[in-house]
Amino acid sequence: MAFEGLADRLQNTIQKIKGKGKVTEQDVKEMTREVRLALLEADVNFKVVKDFVKKVKERAVGQEVMDSLTPGQQVIKVVKEELTALMGGDQSKIAVSDRPPTVIMMVGLQGAGKTTTTGKLANLLRKKHNRKPLLVAADIYRPAAINQLETLGKQLSMPVFSMGTEVNPVDIAKKGVEQAKENHDEYVIIDTAGRLHVDTDLMDELAQIKDAVKPDEIFLVVDSMTGQDAVNVAENFNDQLDISGVILTKLDGDTRGGAALSIKAVTDKPIKFAGTGEKLDEIEAFHPERMASRILGMGDVLSLIEKA
Amino acid sequence: SKTRQSFSSRINDLVARYRTVDEDFFEDLEEVLISADVGVNTVMDLIDELKMEVKRQNIKDTSEMKDVISEKLVDIYYGDDAVTSSSINFQSDDLTIILFVGVNGVGKTTTIGKLAYQLKQSGKHVVMAAGDTFRAGAIEQLEEWGKRVDVEVVKQSAGSDPAAVIYDGIRAAKSRKADVLLCDTAGRLQNKVNLMNELSKVKRVIEREVPGAPHEVLLVLDATTGQNAMSQAKTFSEATDVSGIVLSKLDGTAKGGIVLAIRNELQIPVKFVGLGEKVTDLETFDAQAFVYGLFADMLQDDPEE
Ligand SMILES: Nc1nc2c(ncn2[C@@H]2O[C@H](COP(=O)(O)OP(=O)(O)OP(=O)(O)O)[C@@H](O)[C@H]2O)c(=O)[nH]1
Ligand SMILES: Nc1nc2c(ncn2[C@@H]2O[C@H](COP(=O)(O)OP(=O)(O)OP(=O)(O)O)[C@@H](O)[C@H]2O)c(=O)[nH]1
Ligand SMILES: [Mg+2]
Ligand SMILES: [Mg+2]
Repeated sequence: MAFEGLADRLQNTIQKIKGKGKVTEQDVKEMTREVRLALLEADVNFKVVKDFVKKVKERAVGQEVMDSLTPGQQVIKVVKEELTALMGGDQSKIAVSDRPPTVIMMVGLQGAGKTTTTGKLANLLRKKHNRKPLLVAADIYRPAAINQLETLGKQLSMPVFSMGTEVNPVDIAKKGVEQAKENHDEYVIIDTAGRLHVDTDLMDELAQIKDAVKPDEIFLVVDSMTGQDAVNVAENFNDQLDISGVILTKLDGDTRGGAALSIKAVTDKPIKFAGTGEKLDEIEAFHPERMASRILGMGDVLSLIEKA
Repeated sequence: SKTRQSFSSRINDLVARYRTVDEDFFEDLEEVLISADVGVNTVMDLIDELKMEVKRQNIKDTSEMKDVISEKLVDIYYGDDAVTSSSINFQSDDLTIILFVGVNGVGKTTTIGKLAYQLKQSGKHVVMAAGDTFRAGAIEQLEEWGKRVDVEVVKQSAGSDPAAVIYDGIRAAKSRKADVLLCDTAGRLQNKVNLMNELSKVKRVIEREVPGAPHEVLLVLDATTGQNAMSQAKTFSEATDVSGIVLSKLDGTAKGGIVLAIRNELQIPVKFVGLGEKVTDLETFDAQAFVYGLFADMLQDDPEE
C-alpha cells in the first residue's frame, strides 16, 4: 500500500536528527512534511491535517524537544500524543435512561453498516447486561431492509418490531418504543434507512424521529474507508441531529481509517465502538491510541525508534 | 462535442478567476483535488507537471493557461490512451455474463438492479443470479429488485455455495436463451484471503461453463471511499481480473477522485456511475464531466454556477 512509506521516509529524517543530537527547524519542517503526507494518504481531511501539522510544529521547535537528549524520538512522541489527544479518550459506554427503555437510534449514509451494527449492539447489550433489546425496523426504503433486520433478529433470537413499508418511519419508531414500554424492554434500537447528509427530506425525517422518541443515543455509523468527505457527512449529521457518538465500521479491512480523526475533529463527539467483521459478535470498544497508531502506521515507526 | 465545449468553457471560468498563475492558484488547485480524494501523489505529480508546463511555455497569464490545464486534467484520466471505451463487451448473438465484485455495502446489488432495468429497456432478455448467499436478506434484496424491474432471479437458499448458484444461473440463462446474466456476489474486504479465493472460484466456474466469459468483471467502488479504493482495485483485480469500475453514490458530496489514480496505475476504466437509489440512477461514465466535477468547488462562489 501507498503508506507503507511513512516509516521508511521518517527513517532518513530520524537518522539525520540522531546524528546531530539537535533538532533544527529544517529537521522539523522535513519531519512534518512527511507526517502531513502520511495523514493525507490515510484519508485524514486536509483541513484537519493543516491544523494538526501547525500544532505539532509549534511543539516540536519548543523547549521540551530541544532540551531532550533524544530529540528525534521526542518529536515522534509529540506527533503521537497530539494524534491521540485529537482522537479523544475511551468512551465505550452506552448512555442509560433512568426511565427505561433506553432508546438508541442508528443513522448514517447508505451501506455504512447500520443494520448490521444494530444487530451487533443488541448482541453486546445482551452479553454485557443480560438485556434483550427490541429492534425496530424503520427503514422502509431499501429493498428487503426489514427482512435483513428480521433475519438478524432470528439469528440472535431477539424480537424485531416492524410495520411493513407502507407506514411512515416516524410512526414505526414511535410505536416501536411504545411496545417496548409495554413489554418492559430495557433497550430499543431503531434501524433507519441510509441517506445522504444533503437529502433534506430524509434528514428531516430523522429529526422527526428524534423528536418523537427522544433517543438517549444517536449513533452515526461511519464506514472506516471513507475519504475526505467524512467531515461533510459528520458535520451535517451532527448539525441536524446533534449525534451522541460515532461507530466506525469495517475496521477489519486494511484502511488506515483517517476518517476517524476527521470526524472527531469536526464533531468532537466520541467514537464509541468499532465494527471488525460481518458477524454479530465482531464489535469492540474503540481505542483511540490504537487508531492513532494505525493512521500513522506508528507500529512500524515505533519499532524504528527502538532500533535507532 | 457538446460536453467538450462546455468542459473547456468551464475551464475558462476556472482560470478566469485567477488573474495570474501563481502559488495561490496552484495551492487552491492542490487542495481542491486532495479534497476530492484524488490522492496526494497523483495531485503532486499533476501540479508539478502543470508548473513545468507553465515554465516551459513561459506562461504568465491565466488565459494562456487554460488549454494546458484542461489537457492535463483530462490527461490524468486518460493517460496515454487516446480513446477509452466505457462500453460493455456485449456478445452480439450469445450470452453475455457480467460478474459484480466489491467490498461490503458499496452498491453491487443495487447496481445490478439498475443495470438490469437499463438492459431490459434496450430490449435485452436479462437474468440475475443471487450469488450473495451470506449476508442477511441479500437474496430477498435481489428478488425485490427482480420484481421491481421484472427480471427473473435465480437463487438457492441462504448459506449455499455461491459458485453453485452462479452455475445454476448460467444454466437457466442458457436455457431461456437470455442475452445477459448479471451475477451478484457477497461483499468482502479485499484483505480476507479466503473470501477472495471464494470469488476466484466463482469466476473459474463461469470460465469453465462459458468460454470467454465472464465478459465483464465490474468492481463497484463507493465514491465516498478514500485511498483504500486503490487497494481494493489492486486486490480484486488480482483475484478476478477486473475489467471496469462502477463508481456508485456520486449523488452525494464525495467526488470519487481516487479513480484517477486507479486509471493511471492499473489502467482500469470507469464504465458506469451510480447517481441514486432509483432504477434510473445509473449512467455511463463521462470522463470530462467527471474531471470537471473534481474541481467544481473552485467555482462554487461563482454567481453563474
Ligand atoms: N467486514 C465488515 N463488514 C461489515 C461491517 N459492518 C457491516 N458490514 C457489512 O457492510 C455491508 C452493509 O451493511 P449494512 O448493515 O447493510 O449497512 P446499512 O448501513 O444498514 O446499509 P443501508 O441500510 O443500505 O443504508 C454488509 O455487507 C455488512 O455485512 C464490519 O464491521 N466489517
Ligand atoms: N445515494 C446512493 N445510494 C446508493 C447508490 N448505489 C447503492 N446505494 C445504496 O447503498 C446501499 C448499499 O447498496 P447495496 O446494493 O446493498 O450494496 P452491496 O454492495 O450489494 O452491499 P453488500 O451486498 O452488503 O456488500 C443501499 O442502501 C443502496 O440503496 C447510489 O448510486 N447512490
Ligand atoms: Mg440498513
Ligand atoms: Mg449486495
